[in-house]
This record gives sequence, C-alpha cells and structure tokens, in this order.
Amino acid sequence: MDSFLLQILNGLDKGSAYALIALGLTLIFGTLGVVNFAHGALFMIGAFCAVTLQRILSLSYTVEDPTQKDFLGNPLKVQTPYVESWFGPNVGGAIIDWAVPLAILLAIPVMVLLGLAMERGLIKHFYKRPHADQILVTFGLAIVLQEIIKYYFGANPIQTPAPDALSGVANLGAVIGMDLVYPIWRIVYFCFAALIIFGVFAFLQFTTFGMVVRAGMADRETVGLLGINIDRRFAIMFGVAAAVAGLAGVMYGPINPPNYHMGMDFLVLSFVVVVVGGMGSLPGAVLAGFILGILESFASTTWATTTIPGINQIIIYLVAIIVLLTRPRGLMGRKGVMED
Amino acid sequence: MFGLDKKDTTLLLVVAALTMLAPFLLNPFPTESGMAQFNAGYPDLMQKFVIFGIFAIGFNILFGLTGYLSFGHAAFLGVGSYAAVWIFKLFTYNVFPAILLSVIVAALFSLLIGFVSLRRSGIYFSILTLAFPQMSFALAYSVLSNPKFNLTNGETGLQVYADDPQRFHREGLPDLPHLFGLSMRSTHTMEIGAWSFDFNVGYYLCAIVMLVTFYLSVRIFRSPFGMMLRAVKSNQQRMNYTGLNTRPYTLAAFVISGMYAGLAGGLLAAMDPLAGAERMQWTASGEVVLMTILGGAGTLIGPILGAGFIKYFENIFSKINDNVLHQWFSFMPDGIEDFMVFIVHPFVGKGWHLTLGILFMLVVIFLPGGLVDGGQRIGRWLRSRGQKEDKTTGTTEPAE
Repeated sequence: MDSFLLQILNGLDKGSAYALIALGLTLIFGTLGVVNFAHGALFMIGAFCAVTLQRILSLSYTVEDPTQKDFLGNPLKVQTPYVESWFGPNVGGAIIDWAVPLAILLAIPVMVLLGLAMERGLIKHFYKRPHADQILVTFGLAIVLQEIIKYYFGANPIQTPAPDALSGVANLGAVIGMDLVYPIWRIVYFCFAALIIFGVFAFLQFTTFGMVVRAGMADRETVGLLGINIDRRFAIMFGVAAAVAGLAGVMYGPINPPNYHMGMDFLVLSFVVVVVGGMGSLPGAVLAGFILGILESFASTTWATTTIPGINQIIIYLVAIIVLLTRPRGLMGRKGVMED
Repeated sequence: MFGLDKKDTTLLLVVAALTMLAPFLLNPFPTESGMAQFNAGYPDLMQKFVIFGIFAIGFNILFGLTGYLSFGHAAFLGVGSYAAVWIFKLFTYNVFPAILLSVIVAALFSLLIGFVSLRRSGIYFSILTLAFPQMSFALAYSVLSNPKFNLTNGETGLQVYADDPQRFHREGLPDLPHLFGLSMRSTHTMEIGAWSFDFNVGYYLCAIVMLVTFYLSVRIFRSPFGMMLRAVKSNQQRMNYTGLNTRPYTLAAFVISGMYAGLAGGLLAAMDPLAGAERMQWTASGEVVLMTILGGAGTLIGPILGAGFIKYFENIFSKINDNVLHQWFSFMPDGIEDFMVFIVHPFVGKGWHLTLGILFMLVVIFLPGGLVDGGQRIGRWLRSRGQKEDKTTGTTEPAE
C-alpha cells in the first residue's frame, strides 16, 4: 500500500510537467489551430529564466581581506554578492537561496512577451498555410531557440537548487499513520502545477475575456462577425500558453537540472499526451498528462521492469498508439479538430 | 533513354556526371593553398553526400508526393545499419548481403509502422511517426542491449569484434567491409600539379547506388503510381469519394521510402562498420526533413541538393574558428575587425546548427519550394531581364 501511494506521488510530479506543457499546447491548438513544435523550447527557456536570475543574483564583487590568508599566503579574496551587501547577509542570502521561486516573477513577463512576439512576428503569417508548414517553421524556431541557449549557457546541465527550506524530504504519511517519505520540492511542484491549471481554467470560465476566447474556440467566424477582435485575444492566449510552459520549466529546474535540449525531450512526450487526451480538449490534456505520468511511474517499478524489460521506456508510446487506434479522438477529443 | 523523356534523361545524365566527377569538382583548390579547407573532395564527406542524398530522395517520395510528414524515418536508417553490422559480425564483411538485408529489414519494419501510422493522417500521422522511432530509440538504447540478448550493444554502439564468428570470412579477404574482395577503404590518389584527387571505392559504390535509386525515383514520379500519390496530396477526400482506397498507395510509398532509408543505413554501416542508437532519434529524422525542404520537396533534384548543401556547410562551418575569421576580416581596421568577428562568431564553428535553423526558417517562410524553387525564380528573373534589355537595346539603337 505504501509503495502504491509512493508510485502515485512519483507519477504526479512528472505528470504535472506533462499536464502543464500539454495544456499550453492545447490552448494554442484550440485557439489558433497551430501545431507548435517550439513549445518544448518555451519550457526550456522558462527553466533558463531561473538559471539567469540565479546568476544575476549571485553577481558578486571581490574584496581582498588582508586579515586572512589563503593556502599560498596571499591575502584571501572574498566574494560578496551585491545582493548581500545591499540587504545585509541574512536577507541577501535568503534572496539568493529563493532564486528559483523568485524566477517566476521574471519568467511571467519574459514568457508572455516572447509568446506575443512569436505569434505576431512569425506564426500569424502561417494561419493560412498547411499544417506541415506550421510544423516545419516552429520546428526551425525550436532549433534556433535551443542553439541560442546553448551558445550562452553551454551544453552541460546547470544545477538550480531549490531553497534550503524546501529541499529536504517530508514524511507525508505521518498524518494517516503510514511511512511515506517524499521530497518536499516535488510536492511543491505538484501544488504549483495544480494552482496554474486551476488558474487557467478559472480564467477561461469566469472572466469575460475567457468567455470570448471560448466562444472563439467554438466558432471563430461568428465571433469575428459580432465585431470582436478575436485575433488579438487569441494572440494573448498564445502569450498565456507560453507563460504556462515557461512556469512549468522554471519550477522543474530543481527536479532535473536544465540543459539546452530538455525542451526537445519533453516535446515528443507532451505531443503524445495531447493526442491521448484528445486534440483541442483542455481537460483531456490535463487528465492525460497525470494519467501518463502515473502510468510511467508504475512502469518503472522493479516488478514491472523485471516482468517486461524496458516497459518503463515505452509505456507512454504504447498507450498512445493503442488509444489512437482504438479511440482516434483521444480520451476527451471533440469531433473535427485537426482532421482535415 | 531508359524510358525517360528528354528532359529527365538530361537531368539523370547531369546528376550522373556530377557524382562521377565529384572528386574533381569538390576539390577545386590546390592542397597547399589557404583555400584548401573549402575542399570537400575527401572520401568520408563525399560518401556522406551521396548516402544522405539517397535518404532524402526516399523521404521525398513520401513527403514530396503524398504530403505525409513523417518524423520517423531515422528509425529505418538505424534498423538498416544494425542489420548490416549483424551480417558483418555473423557472416562476412562482404557489403552486398549486408546492404540487401538492411533494405529487407527496413522494408519489414516500415511496413509494420506504416500500417499502424497511416490509419491516421495530417498532424496525427506526424505524431504517430514521432512516437515509434522514439520508442525504438529507447529500446535500442537500453533493453535490447542486456547481457542475455544483446542486439544493439546500447550506448557503445554495435561494432565488429575480433572474436565474432564471421563464418564466411576467408584468408586473403580484407579485414574491412569489401565488395567481393574490393575494400571499401581503398583509395587511389591522383596528383596533378598542386592538386590531389581521391578516388575511393566506397564512394563510387555509394554513387552508383544513388544513381540507381535516383533513376527509380524519377520513374516513380512519372508513373501512374506517382500520379496517384500526388492526387492523395492534393485532395484525399475526393479520392475517397470516387470509391478509391488510398491506403495501399500511401503504404506503398511509405515502405518504399523506408527501404531507401534502410539502404542509406546499410551503406553508412558499409562505409564505417558500426551502428549506434542515436541514429534513430527523432532529431536525426528532423535532419532529413530539413534536407528535403531546404532542397525543395516534391522536386526530383531538390533532396540531393539539400543533402549535399547541409552536409557540405556542416563540414565547412564547423572548421571555421576565430583565427580564420580574423584572417578574413583582416583588411578592416582593428576595431571593426573585432566587431565583425564578434558578430559572426555565434554562427560558425559549434554554432552551425544555429545557422542551419535560421536558414531553414527563412526557406520555409519565404521560399516554400526550397533551393530548386529559388534557382528557378532567379532563372526566370534573369531571362525576363535579358529580354527587356534586348528590347531596350533594340529600340535605342541609332538608325544609320
């Protein structure tokens, strides 16, 4: 029982990442009808927002301390981050320690602007072109973004630790009398993902803006005929989708150190998630994200890998193939989405 | 000739001449000169040109004719390589059976994947073809290399070891891939003045194979079968309404392009007897997509041009470093020189993929027909300009 719950928990954090990326992808499919192969790159750029903020906060100046000597007998050079000298060592140290959560504040404007720039500058011109062209141009964009990041940050994974207070493990089972030790950050990630997902759904469900967007998803032409500038709203939704992917990336850093091709690694999986959930269905994308995440974690248990070797590597693809062949529209897909 | 019309025959002959004379054409600079780094006439690179040319020709039969965008063709290339290396390990270094088997295995594999993937079209097809090779990559990388059943040798890659059985290997045969005794690595170097030209057996084998496959692809393009595939691209729904089942045609196109990929994989292994899982990754499939689009999808010569273009510049760009850049811009004043080097630096050397990505985006955005289309446009523009000039000179000529 303990291990069963533990596997579900294990699946939840990876599942949250899948769900968030797939949610953004589906937002873009559903509104603009564009297949965005650069979405993985947006996730990756989000993660590098955290890296950038961490580097900026740790910018430091060097002072020679004549009272201390290093092992060669020269005056010891002490590195003091500017942040610490401005706010004092306690507050400054805490700011540096909390760089990853703070990066959310940096990532939101960066990702929204990047998303808007992408939509207005590039993807806008591809609405009338075939899907293959959209795939190709966003694939090219993904390569470009990835190589730019590689040029500035190098090819190796960069450690972005979680704040000390959140980096340990907690015994979740203590409340219900079970032994269930689990890293705190992964729980934080799950809660964060759930918060964003609820935020996006609430935004679409309870605001006027969201209502117009939903109406546009259902029938773009009619909404346009009513005199509403639906293109501008859809462009903003692209920005929101980019921000969702970016935030998923920011918080994923402590779980898996970001490197420049993490986007491509996640991209294929999140496409599979979208297809399993049903093209164009937002709840479907989220549901499929969590289901596949949990399935993957169950397939990684020793029992599963000894029964069927390699099942953990291919379970997601297998499920996707079976779903596509038996339920072509996915779990919750609507009729007529991307079926031309 | 060969059942082709005059235009296609000319095209075939031009391609044949280019590939046969490639050792001369690609080595235009003397060996000792500073420009020698732009020479591409060494066997290793020329082999890559034609092998990836074959790969792209095959991909073009699927994507260029039917419009089905597959992101999974690298899987067939990888399977072909593994099959060829297994022949080397178990039986003989002769490349003939190895290449034959790699084509057969790739055909079976693509039949399986195509049968499943082609049940859906459009974006769903692309995603399914993305899922299959990722799956095969994951399997080849991990599970299929366990000690009990080592099919792929995992991360190290499959290669031939001294204690492999090689049942039909005889004394006197070269200890490297060979074609009935003719080693793939044997190279005849011809020195003419300051120039030197390499004639490599492996390259010529690949080139002849490429010519044959190119000829076949021309025939497919011009056949009723090719016509049917084009009809699928332009309006599949109408085809269905006329009561025609398109799936056998698309499946045939898929398997043919899979066989081309397997052939390319077998040749890669024949030139260098090892096979690794990374050849199957989806980014490797992305490369052949780039080649085909860059050259011009749906045209005959485009994919070969694209493959040659990408492989040539990949090689050249990777060689350019800051020193070379400083030499190039040395005629400028110091400050501007450094600035130019600073600007160009991210795009050369390790930054080749950045340049490729930007170039690819530009081609997709502005030139959907690829390089071939660009060439045709320039040709048309020159011709129309020439005509105008003729007219103007005609009118302004003073009457005597």
